[in-house]
Amino acid sequence: MKPAPFTYHDPTSADEVVALLGRHEDAKLLAGGQSLMPMLNMRFVVPDHVIDLNGVAGLAGVRDAGDALELGAMTRQRDLMADAAIAAKAPIVPEALDWVGHFQTRNRGTIGGSLCHLDPAAELPCLMAAYDAVLKVQGPDGVREVPFAEWPLAYMMPSLGPDEVLTGIRVPHWPDSHGHGFVEFARRHGDFAIVSVAALLTVEGGKIARAAIAIGGADVRPIRLEAAEAALVGAAPSPDAFRAAGETARGIEAMSDAYVTSAYRQRLAATLVERALIRAAERANGGA
Amino acid sequence: MADTREVTVTVNGESRTATVETRTSLGDFLRHTLRLTGTHMGCEHGVCGACTVLVDGDAVRSCLMLAVQANGREITTVEGLAAAVGTLSPLQAAFWKHHGLQCGFCTPGMLTSLTAFLRDNPNAGEKDIREAISGNICRCTGYQGIVDAALDAAKSMQEG
Repeated sequence: MKPAPFTYHDPTSADEVVALLGRHEDAKLLAGGQSLMPMLNMRFVVPDHVIDLNGVAGLAGVRDAGDALELGAMTRQRDLMADAAIAAKAPIVPEALDWVGHFQTRNRGTIGGSLCHLDPAAELPCLMAAYDAVLKVQGPDGVREVPFAEWPLAYMMPSLGPDEVLTGIRVPHWPDSHGHGFVEFARRHGDFAIVSVAALLTVEGGKIARAAIAIGGADVRPIRLEAAEAALVGAAPSPDAFRAAGETARGIEAMSDAYVTSAYRQRLAATLVERALIRAAERANGGA
Repeated sequence: MADTREVTVTVNGESRTATVETRTSLGDFLRHTLRLTGTHMGCEHGVCGACTVLVDGDAVRSCLMLAVQANGREITTVEGLAAAVGTLSPLQAAFWKHHGLQCGFCTPGMLTSLTAFLRDNPNAGEKDIREAISGNICRCTGYQGIVDAALDAAKSMQEG
């Protein structure tokens, strides 16, 4: 229950992080530590080098870039929950973060750490899937941008090279009139999601103009219900339309584990998609 | 050879410097190096909350932070909650009054977590308090005495 010995590095710039990654094989990047530290303590990971990102300048903060929110990868979950620009532009973010661990873990945990750890049950990847967020990754050849749809390669494996570091996340704005709903079912509050759903909706002239639905916890990576989203566009926001959208989730790929079967996850996803859409529609302006 | 660093922290108002292995958690550093054994290590993977301490005023899991990461920071452990030796903080007094502990293992984490939480949320109600300690596991009390103590402490702190 103690980490195996490693060499600790505390760089102060992203360039230095990339240089260290290039110089050392078998290095792990340490962000908020709320997932990596347990894995080090339990020796699930035994890296030769730990590169601490907490002293790297310029990796934390929230900026409204006009058409998107620019989030530094090392922005702590606690700071995302308290940020005025996020509350105004993307209120689903604090609603989802309320489900992430506990206030003590959110004081350390970061958005970038969660997106790189990529736990299937994590709320932030589900949210970024709904937003089609763009991830900024710095490597030896400079910065590249990765759309969230291409970010998860496999179970807990992001599209991040061994010499790359996630520096920021771009979360495109939705119109101020949009509605949002984040719902989750877990064994207890703060525990891993069995299924979580993020829904965003705009309504114009009594018809749904745009919809995004992402499901977390069900499969190894977040699922977008693209067919249901397309079917909702042009429809009136009605209980029948949302129930039909939810029903499509019965066909998703879903995992089984020791406690929860895939069929249960599919049924749960159907119910939670419906609930998230109802909540989003209630909050969307332009529905009347 | 072990990778070590010199770490200086202010713990409960007192500056302490020691050389630690970089893999040492903040919790083990407090207990084994600084001999402040009030902080309890339980699960050591961030689930039980017993090891919670305040770093620059924020409640964090000391098993999920390296001692080296606390360099230059201000730490408050359960030993530092009361104003003076032999006295109790209002929250500690309320725990005593309401039987907010039995075996005492979870108590340091409960007290540090609730100290920070009630400071930031002085008007917290029962639901808020239960959510605040949802990451602190107690196997003795059934939480009722802890919640009663926190509500009473919030009230007495507001009345000053």
